[in-house]
Order: sequence, then structure tokens, then C-alpha cells
Amino acid sequence: MAKCIIDGKKITAPDGTPILQAARDNGIDIPTLCSHESIEPSGACRLCVVEIKKGKRSKIVTSCLYQVEDGLEVDTKSERVMNVRRLVLALLLARNPASEVIREIAVKMGVNPQPRFKLDEDKGKCILCRLCVRTCADIVGVNAIGLSHRGPSKTVGPPFDEDSSACIGCGACAYVCPTGHILMEEKVDERKIWGRRFKMKACDTCGRYFAPLDQLEFISKKTGVSVADLSICTSCR
Amino acid sequence: METARTDERTKLREIIARYHGEKSSLIAILQDIQEAYNYLPVAILKMVGQEMDIPLMRVYEVATFYNAFSLTPRGKNVVEVCAGTACHVKGAINLLENLERELEIKCGETTKDETFTLEQVRCLGCCSLAPVVRIDGNIHAYLTQQQIPDILRNYRK
Amino acid sequence: MSKINTLEDLNKAGKRGLATLIPSGTKIMVGMATSGIASGAQDVYHALDREIRERRLDIILSRTGSMGMDCMEPLVDVLEPGKPRLAYGKITAKKAPTLLEQIAKGTIETIKPFYRMDEEESIILGKSKRYGDGSVPAYLKEIPTIKEIPFYAKQVKIATRNCGLIDPESIDEYIAKGGYSGLYKAITGMKPEAIIKEVIASGLRGRGGGGFPAGIKWKTCREAKGDVKYVICNGDEGDPGAYMDRSVMEGDPHSVIEGMIIGAFAIGSHDGYIYVRNEYPLAVANLGKAIEKAREYGLLGKNIFNSGFDFDIRISKGAGAFVCGESTALMASLEGAAGEPRAKYIHTVEHGLWNRPSNLNNVETWANVPAILTRGGKWFAGIGAQNSTGTKVFSVVGKINNIGLVEVPMGTPLKDIVYDIGGGVPHGRKFKAVQTGGPSGGCIPEKLIDLRVDFDELWKAGSMMGSGGMIVMDDRTCMVDIARYFIEFLESESCGKCIPCREGVRRMRDILEDICAGKGQAGDVELLETMSQAIIDGSLCALGGSAPNPVLSTIRYFRDEYDAHIKEGRCPAGVCKALIKYSVDSETCTGCGMCVKVCPTGAARGEKKQPHVIDEATCTRCGACLESCKFDAINVK
Ligand SMILES: Cc1cc2nc3c(=O)[nH]c(=O)nc-3n(C[C@H](O)[C@H](O)[C@H](O)COP(=O)(O)O)c2cc1C
Ligand code: SF4
Ligand code: FES
Ligand code: FES
Repeated sequence: MAKCIIDGKKITAPDGTPILQAARDNGIDIPTLCSHESIEPSGACRLCVVEIKKGKRSKIVTSCLYQVEDGLEVDTKSERVMNVRRLVLALLLARNPASEVIREIAVKMGVNPQPRFKLDEDKGKCILCRLCVRTCADIVGVNAIGLSHRGPSKTVGPPFDEDSSACIGCGACAYVCPTGHILMEEKVDERKIWGRRFKMKACDTCGRYFAPLDQLEFISKKTGVSVADLSICTSCR
Repeated sequence: METARTDERTKLREIIARYHGEKSSLIAILQDIQEAYNYLPVAILKMVGQEMDIPLMRVYEVATFYNAFSLTPRGKNVVEVCAGTACHVKGAINLLENLERELEIKCGETTKDETFTLEQVRCLGCCSLAPVVRIDGNIHAYLTQQQIPDILRNYRK
Repeated sequence: MSKINTLEDLNKAGKRGLATLIPSGTKIMVGMATSGIASGAQDVYHALDREIRERRLDIILSRTGSMGMDCMEPLVDVLEPGKPRLAYGKITAKKAPTLLEQIAKGTIETIKPFYRMDEEESIILGKSKRYGDGSVPAYLKEIPTIKEIPFYAKQVKIATRNCGLIDPESIDEYIAKGGYSGLYKAITGMKPEAIIKEVIASGLRGRGGGGFPAGIKWKTCREAKGDVKYVICNGDEGDPGAYMDRSVMEGDPHSVIEGMIIGAFAIGSHDGYIYVRNEYPLAVANLGKAIEKAREYGLLGKNIFNSGFDFDIRISKGAGAFVCGESTALMASLEGAAGEPRAKYIHTVEHGLWNRPSNLNNVETWANVPAILTRGGKWFAGIGAQNSTGTKVFSVVGKINNIGLVEVPMGTPLKDIVYDIGGGVPHGRKFKAVQTGGPSGGCIPEKLIDLRVDFDELWKAGSMMGSGGMIVMDDRTCMVDIARYFIEFLESESCGKCIPCREGVRRMRDILEDICAGKGQAGDVELLETMSQAIIDGSLCALGGSAPNPVLSTIRYFRDEYDAHIKEGRCPAGVCKALIKYSVDSETCTGCGMCVKVCPTGAARGEKKQPHVIDEATCTRCGACLESCKFDAINVK
């Protein structure tokens, strides 16, 4: 157990707990964009920064990654912290003018668009939080999409910007995306995502279309359970 | 067509074997492929994924992250203008613009006849000779705009 | 080749090396580092080779690295038995026959050497060896000794001790200069803890930029849990305008290898990696050959010096990414992935390459280690400044007369480097600033010329040691343009993972570009300052964390230039194209027509022998006329 102070409040948390979680468990809110409970933190968005003090030295760290320590003093709203958050949001307002989610957070934090930043037109709503990529790689295990190029040209998508042949149409990336950048169109027996169309499988019991065939085949290959045995939707199982 | 594919696969397997198929040698393998083809052809990259059992996405990530890799064919002669600090303060930008005019392409492009590709690099480690331009691995030192047409002529031959 | 297992074996190899290093006959050495080759050393070498063979001369021809005075390249050194060693600069293939004739005649009539060396120093052995009996023939007395020429007078060479003196491909010559004796001493006579103690005592701080104490890093890595540990050499040298590490890897690869073996033994590692920049093919080649030779001698591989200790090294080539110089990105790249840094709350000495304890040091750091082992930590700590011991290699480039690589004790005044060693700014222009620390560093203005160059003093002045690039700037260098240049560099080199760096640096570049284009707005400088602080605080790795430094330091010392751009639409240095005008000075113009010939747009015009003019509307400010005018008649304002 580690004893530390967050925003003046004495807190005890198990060793290894990220500051973010320790704070939230104690009712202290820290904004985040790239953290998700079931995905390893990557520290990409920097919205969750806090100022920590150990002895005389203070520094800014990301609360989603930095773990509680004995004697640590944390300030989640210091001027330095707010300066970082304000910049991050102003930058995102310019990068993703179409994103309602970003606009809402900005309004909540009182951040206005910076007129010196020209608005981007080609980035859609993607903030490059990489949650979709991590989900596809670490949770689904497919690696259909990823991060290509670097610096300002960094993009999320399938390799060679082609339709992803590896994609199984599971839609987990669209589900996890915080801004709704990833488009998934669903018709009754068909799903469209990342430029590819996926035939949906109907449940053997209730007849409802519940999952793409490719996904069932993928699961079948991985688990050894036949597609036939997988062809019943969760509600009928 | 089919045999061409097989030949390419054999060639690729040779390259991969140099590194005992180690996944950590992906960058070195891509470097060797680029050496052999002058760029990274998409078809070969797809083979790399299969042969090395690396998700194609990972191969694509690496191929697009590093400056040294090109996914489009490059010209016979690669002209690299140094944009390091020493060369910058000695007017490298003027050399670049001059080359763009002479070759009638922008930086990063290849001439229609595929003779030249124009690129920018960050410091060739020859800062004492600034400004420098490297063509086909040869370093041209203390370069002036005036010398450019003659130098290009030599490579056109 | 037989293995080296004992001190006797080592001494035997040293004797062999000495026989080629200072042979009984005449020897000619050509400086064949990358910059030497680029200035034509290869042609010189071939010309000499041909002549020597055709004339059946009894002369040994050999290759060496660079002694640092790169502005005099191609460099050729001549060593005749019983005479001092002579250094000739700017030798061309055409001059080769003349040089050989002159040697045959025993004169220096046609081509003058620019310095002589009466003895060869070995910092490792702590002594010098006189060439011949040490007497100087009368006709050579007029030539200054190396210590008498200002470029070398204040230099102390530890890391670059052998560069330009030995053939980098000869392990025997390296051994003749005391090489591998530090390793012998360490492995056969010292406990790992004692080695680490020695390195801590030396005060050696990392030369790759951060200045972290090397011994402490080794100690933490030694104590870290894990059976498999890695020792890594950072040869990425990404700072533009810097080439110290290239020079060492090319000119004295064994110094790095020996340092790494000592470090590995102290830390308890059996696998080493050298990560070398893609742009340095010769460094890769020379390191590769050196590793082969060390393996042949059993200095790498199993059971080194019969001690039971095993260690080997692999070379990994970078693929062009500045960020891969950062420790966590470098390790990701070694693993075969894109070089994205990760947060360093977990240290790489504990969880580094493949998540195992890994000790990363810079090329120059490693090259210092053998000297520390042979001469002792105390000796090293006695050189340099209080908290920055030893020497530092700098590449002094840009607007300076003696361009080259210099190694000086830490704490040497900047003034000595710029004026004494560097010989000041050329063309009688005014010295303005020195940029240090690469893209993460800053500009030291003329008024701080007395600053003593060490880690802490540079930091206080708002700059950094970085890896050792020093770019000298004169009054024709625009400081806003320099800030824009570095920010643009960092924008394109950002890995793109975190928002402040990826997006913030890009927006800073937009603003700086506006300022350079005359579209700056009131409040821009203040906005840049606020953004800078947030980017420094908020970025994931030190690339973003230091990216604003060039902007902050130029604002701090050259605010007037920012104001001139924004408020007056003027670029005082005459660099920013949108804000300058080219014109012809009718007094000095002779009407030679050169500008008319080179102008790509036809903006320069005029009658022969009459003063010419430049049409402002069609002039693109490409600088072609400026560069070609022999009479300095082109004005830029
Ligand atoms: C963006 C960035 C680039 C770097 N580039 C280099 C480099 O090219 N060479 C180097 O030795 N260190 C470089 N460093 C510093 C390394 O991260 C690391 O601190 C150093 O190699 C450790 O060795 P040292 O302690 O011997 O200096 C860089 C750091 C950052 C943040
Ligand atoms: S600071 Fe820049 S280089 Fe470092 S992680 Fe962030 S985006 Fe990547
Ligand atoms: S939530 Fe911590 S960096 Fe994004
Ligand atoms: S800056 Fe051009 S070679 Fe270094």
C-alpha cells in the first residue's frame, strides 16, 4: 500500500495503482482521452497530466501511467497542469473541428479555439489516441489496422490504405473510438467498415443477424470450435 | 508471371535467411530489399509478412516510419540535399530550390525519365564541407548553384 | 591469427602494430574519413599508390581517420625515418607526384606542410614517443609544431586519441597505442564493483546529451534484477551539424568496442549492440571490420583473456529517424519496430531492450572508458571542470574559419573555441552566436562569449551540451529563421505519438513561418512562449520536451529580431526571402555580366561594362547572383 496526497486529500492505494485510478476512486476527476480500463495505457493524449512533488522537485507526469508512491504529493489542477491541458484541447479543436466530443470537453474546461491555429480539413475526428489499434492488436489479436507514417502525417488505418484483408469486421475499433471517427455502416445482413463489406451471419435459433461470418471463422480457427457451433447469438445461448 | 513471383520469393527468402528469419531484423531486411529493388514494392512487403509471420500492418508501420524507406520507385540517381544545420546556414535551401528548377520536380519526387529522385537529408556528417549534396553516394562539397548543371550532366550520361 | 590470452600476447600484437605505426621506412598516411573522401582523398590515395608503384618507391601507403582539421582536407601525413611527422593539407591527386619528388629530395620546397609532429602522444600509455632520435632537421625548423598552431594548441585528445594517427583497420596499431590494456587490466585484475567505482570516481558524464553519470548508470544496471542484460552503444548521432561520433566510429572503432567490453564485464552483460545511423556507411563498415578482428583475437567471444567472461557485439543500422537516438525509441527500433518512445517512468536500466536491464551509452562516452581504466578515474577527474570532468569533442562548423572537430577540456571558454581554435568568423563579418545542443539546444549570443563550456554552464544559458555540435553564426544568419529551421526539423522528426509534440510543434512552425514571411502578428511571441511551456511540460519524451528550446533561447537573446520581422516587416540578417531585396551596387559593379548569366528568371540585367540592375518584381531571391559575383556588388537588405 502506498500513502500519498492528491489535491490535499490523504489517500491510500495498493502499490502499482496509477494516479488516475487512485484519484478517481476517491472522487477526484481527471480528464482523459486515450485511457480505457481494459487497454494498457499508452500516454498519447497527455490530457491526464498532473503535477507531482517528491521532496523539493516537482514535475509533470501522466496520471494514467505514473503509479502512486509513498509520500507523493499530487496536484491535479495546478497552473502548469492546466496550461498543458488547455494547449492539448486547443490543438485538438484545430485538428478535429468536426468532433463534438472534443468541443464538449473544451467547453467544459473553458478552452476556446486559438485563432492562430488554422483548422485542419483532412483529419476527420481522429485524435490518434490509438485505442482502436491497441484493441485490434491486443484484445482481438487481428492487427488489421495500425499507425502508419510518423509525426504530423501519422494516420490510423489498414496497411497501404487498402481494404484490410486481415479485418474480420468485428467492429471493436469503432466501439472503442472516443470521437466516433471510425465509420461502421450496418444493413440487415451486411456490415461495412474500413472500406470492406462483411456478410453477417444469422443466429441459428432466433434468425437475427448477429456477427460477421469472417469473425466467426476467425474465432473458430483460434479456438477450434466449429463455425456451426458458434452460430448462435449470445442472447439465445 | 508465376515464375517471376517464385523468383522473387526465392530472392526474399535469401534475404531473410541472412538474418536467420529473426523478427527483430525486420528493419535490416527491409533495408536489404530496398537495396535490391531501389524501393519497397508492395507485393514484396506482403510476402515479407507471410514469410516472417509478422502481421502485414506491422511491416507497413515500420516501412512508413523510417525516412530511409521509399514505397515508390526511385530514379537511377538519388540526389540528396543536406538540410543539416551547417548546410542550412550556408544556404542549402537555395541549392534545393535550384535543383527543383533544374530537374523540374519537387523535393521527394522523381523525374519522368526516372533518372533522378530529389530528396532532403538531415546532415551527412560532412558539415565541414557545407553545403553538401550527395548523389548516388558521392558527396559534392562546397557546392554552388553554378556547378549544379555540370554535375547533373555527368550523372545523366 | 592466434588468440590473445595473456599480457604477453597483447604486447606481441602491440609490437607488430608499432612496426607499421612507426615503420623503419617512409610512410604516407591519407586521411580517409568520410569528409576526407568527400574532398577527394580517394583520388589522392590512388594517385599516390600509382606513382609509388610505377616508380618502385620504397614507401608504405596507409589510410587513417581524421585529426579534426577538416577544412584542410584532403590531409596527407608523411613520416620518414628519423624525421618529424609532417602534415600536408589540401593535397590533390595532381600534387601527388610533386609530393613524392619532394620527399625523395628531402625538401619542402614546393608543397609546405602546415605543421610537424616531433613525437607521437599516447594518452593511454601516458607518454610520448619521439619520431627518430627527436632531432629536427634544419629545413623543418620553420614549420610550426602541432602544439604551436592555434587549432591544436588548446586541445586535449582522449576520446579522439587515435583518430588520424592509426589505421582504423589495424587492431595491432590500436594495441600499439595502449589499446585493450584497459580491458586486460579490468578483466584480469579488477572486480566489476571496482571498475564501476573507478568510473564513478572519474566523474564521466554521458556524452550523448543528457550528461547522466556513466558510473551510476552502470551500477544501477548491474544491480537490476535479471540474468540477461544488454550493453548498447548509441551511434545514432542525429543532431544535424554534428559528426563527432562518426569520426570516432570511423577513425578508431576499437576504442568504442573496448569500452563496451569493459562496461559489459562490469555490468554483467554478454550481449552488446551498436546502433549506427543509416547515413554513416563507412562507420558501419569500419566497426564491422573491427568487431571481426576483435573476434579473431578472442577479445570478443567466449572466455575473453581466459577469464571465463563471454561477450559479443552486433551492429544494427538505423533507417533515418532522429527520434531513434532517444533511448526507449532506440530500443524499440532494435527490436525491429517503429521507433516510438515510451514513458520512462520505468527506467531502461531495469526494463529496456526486450524488457531486460539495458545500459545505453553514447559513442564518445564508451570511447573514454579505456582511458579511464588505464590512467585511473582520478586522472580523468583532474581534467576539465568541477562537475563536468574530462574533455568534450565538438564539431565546430558554420561561419567559422577553421572548420573541424576539436576536443577540449570541459570548461574551456567559448571564446577560445571560436577565436583561438576556430580562427574567428570568415570574410570579416561579425560573430553573432553559437548554436549548441542540436535541435534541443539553444543559441549562445556574442555577449556570453566568455562562458565556460560545460554541462551546467550551457544549461544555465538556456542551451545544452547535446552531443557536441557547435554551429557558428554571423550577422548574416537570421535567428528567427534558425528557430523556424529547428522547429521544422523537429516537426518532421517527431514520432507523432503524443499530442503536444505532434500537433504543438507543427503549430509553432506555422507561426514561425508566418513571422519569416512577414505575416507575423502582435502577440505571436507571447503565444510561442506559452505554447513552449506546455509542450515542454506535456510531451511524452525529451524530443518534444526540449523542442521549444531553440525558440525560447532565440526569443531570450534576439527578441529584437523577432520584433523587426513582426513590427517592421524587416529581416535584419537579410535571410527571410519575403522580407529582403536584392540590388546591385552601381559603384562596385563592373558590368561583367555574370549575374545576368546565372539569374534563372532574367531579373538581373544590364549592358556589358555598364552597372547592372536587378528587377525586384521578377527576382526570386535565389541567391545565384550573390554567390557568383566576384566583386561583391550584390546587396541584400
Ligand atoms: C530526441 C532525442 C535524440 C537523441 N539522440 C541521441 C543521439 O543521436 N546520440 C546519443 O548518443 N544520444 C542521443 N540522445 C540521448 C539518449 O537518449 C541517451 O540519453 C544517451 O544515448 C545515453 O548515453 P550517455 O549517457 O552516454 O550520453 C537523444 C535523446 C533524445 C531525446
Ligand atoms: S514527444 Fe514527440 S517524439 Fe516524443 S513521444 Fe511525443 S510525439 Fe513522439
Ligand atoms: S489518458 Fe493519460 S495520456 Fe491520455
Ligand atoms: S549539416 Fe550538412 S553535412 Fe552536416
